[in-house]
Amino acid sequence: MNRFFTIKRRESLLPNYTVLTLYLLFAMLPLLVLVFNSLKSRAELANNPLGPPRELRFDNFSTAWVQGKFAVTARNSLILVVSTVIGVLSLGGLASYSLARLKPIGADWFMLFMVVGSTLPIWLFMVPLFILWRSLGLLNNLLGLILIYTALNSPIAIFILRSYMVQLPSDFEDAARVDGANSLQVFTNVILPLVWPGFLTVGLVVGLGVWGEFQIALIFITDPDLFPVTTSYWQFTSQFSRDWTLTSAAALMMIAPVLALFLALQRRFIEGLTQGGLRM
Amino acid sequence: MTAIEQSLPLKKSRVKRKDIVKLLSPWLFILPILILYLTVVIGPSFAALYYSLTDWSGIGKAEFIGLKNFQDILRDANYLKALLNNLRWLAIFVTVPFALALIAASMLRGVKKGGMLFRTLLFIPYIIPGVVAAAIWRNLVSPRVGIGSILASWGIPGLDFAFLGSTKTALYTIAFIDNWHFWGYLMVLFLAAMQAIPSDLYDAAKVDGANRWQEFRHVTIPGIRPTLVFMLMMVAVWSFLTFDYIWILTQGGPARSSEVLSTYLYKQAFNRFEAGYASAIGLTMSMFAGMVIGIFVFLRRRGWEI
Repeated sequence: MNRFFTIKRRESLLPNYTVLTLYLLFAMLPLLVLVFNSLKSRAELANNPLGPPRELRFDNFSTAWVQGKFAVTARNSLILVVSTVIGVLSLGGLASYSLARLKPIGADWFMLFMVVGSTLPIWLFMVPLFILWRSLGLLNNLLGLILIYTALNSPIAIFILRSYMVQLPSDFEDAARVDGANSLQVFTNVILPLVWPGFLTVGLVVGLGVWGEFQIALIFITDPDLFPVTTSYWQFTSQFSRDWTLTSAAALMMIAPVLALFLALQRRFIEGLTQGGLRM
Repeated sequence: MTAIEQSLPLKKSRVKRKDIVKLLSPWLFILPILILYLTVVIGPSFAALYYSLTDWSGIGKAEFIGLKNFQDILRDANYLKALLNNLRWLAIFVTVPFALALIAASMLRGVKKGGMLFRTLLFIPYIIPGVVAAAIWRNLVSPRVGIGSILASWGIPGLDFAFLGSTKTALYTIAFIDNWHFWGYLMVLFLAAMQAIPSDLYDAAKVDGANRWQEFRHVTIPGIRPTLVFMLMMVAVWSFLTFDYIWILTQGGPARSSEVLSTYLYKQAFNRFEAGYASAIGLTMSMFAGMVIGIFVFLRRRGWEI
C-alpha cells in the first residue's frame, strides 16, 4: 500500500504548463502578428506595427493576389506538387513493391545504393545537373523541376513504402496469383488498397516539401511566368519590402492550404516527417 | 549418348533463359526510378568529380587543370571565411535547438491534458515555408517596424537595431530565425522517442527519490540516446549545406559576414560562371558532410554506445 502511494504520488504539473506556455508564445506570436498585419491598412501599420488591427480590412488579400500574381504562381506550384506526388508515388511505389514482395536479386545492394545516394548533398551535383538540364532544354520548364523533385524524393518514398509493404502477409497476393493476376495487377488490386496509408503519408510529406521548396526552384526557374509561390513570394517581398500589410496577406495565402492539410492529417504528417527524417 | 549430349545443353539453356526472365522481371519495376535517379543524382555527381579538376565557364570545353582549384580554395580568403561561418552555424545548431527541443519534449512527456494540442501548435513553425518564416522575422527584427521599435517607443532603447544589416549580427540573426522554424522538428522526434521509454523506469526512479533533473539525466537521456545522437549527426551534416534562410535574408551579406559555402558556391557558379571552381567547392562541402558521418561511424566502431 505504501509503495503504491509512492509510485502514484504526482508531481505538480504547473512548471510544465508554465514552460510550455512560454514556448507557445515564442512559436505562435510571430504568426499572430502576421494575421494582425494582413488585416491592417498601411496607415494603421505605421502607428501600430504589432498590435491587433483597430478595423478589419480584407482588401490586402485581393491586392496581394493580383500584385503577387498568385493566379499564375499558385497554379505553377500546384502543378509541381501534384505531378511530383504522382511521380514519386507511382515510380517509388512500383520499386518498393518489387523490393518488398518480388525480392529481386541485388535488392539489398539497391537499398544500400539508395541510402548512400540520399546522403549525397545537392550542392555536389547542382552545377553539372544545371548544365545537363540546360542542354536538354529543361531549364525554365516545370517538367524539368518535377523530374528533379521526383528523383530527390524517391529514396524517402522507397524507405517508407517498402517498410509498409514488407509487413504484409503474402496470403492475399498468393490468392490473386492463383486467380491468374500478374505482378502489376497484384500491385494495383491487392497491395495498393492495403498500404494506402503509407502512400498518403509519403504524398503529404513530399507535397509539403515541394510547396515550400526554394533553392532548386531559384536555380532552375528564372522566368517569372513559371515561378512557384516560394521564389515568387521572395521577389514580391523584396519589391514590396516596405508594405508589410501586403506581404502578410500574401504569406497567409501561401501557408493557409498547408496549415489546413496539416491540422486535418497531422498524425500522418508527423509520422512521415519523423520516419523519412532526412531533411531540414 | 550423342543425342543426350546434344539435348542437355539445349535444355539447360532453355531453363536458364526462363530463369533470367524470372530474375530480371522484378527489376522492371525498379528501372524507371533507377534511371531517373542515375540521371539526376549519380551521373551529375560523377561529372562534378571531373569538373572540379577543370577550369570551365559552364559553356564550351572544360580545360583540365588537375588539382589547381583545390589549391586555390586553400588560398581563397572568402572560402575560408564562409567555412568559418559554417562552423559557427554548426556550433549554434548542435546546441540551441537541441536544448530547446529537449526541454520542451520532457515537459510535454509529463503532460496528459492538452499535450497533443501543445505538440501540434509548437510544430507549426516547421511546416511553414522558409520564405514566409524569413519574411515574418525580417519585419519583426527590423528597427523601423519591429519589436525593437516598439520597445524604443516605450522607452527601452537598444533593440531598434538593424540586426540583419550589421556585419556583427547578421549571421546570428539568421540562425535565430532558422532555429525558430527548426527546433519543433527535433521536439517531435524526441517526444516520440521519450514516449517509447518504458514507464516503469520512471516509476523506479521516483521510488528511488530522483528529482526532475536526475530523472532527465539518468532515465530520459539514456532512453532517447540513439535518436539524440543520430540527429546530432544529421544536424552537423546539414550545417555544411545550409542555404535557404541565408540566401533569402541577406544573400551572404553585408560584406560577406553571413556568407556560407553554399551561398559562395551559388555566386561562383551562377553569377561568376566559374563552373569548375564551383564544382570543387561542392566537392569539399560533400567531404565535410562525409567527414561528420565518418567520425560518428568511427566512434561507434570504437565501442561508443551511440
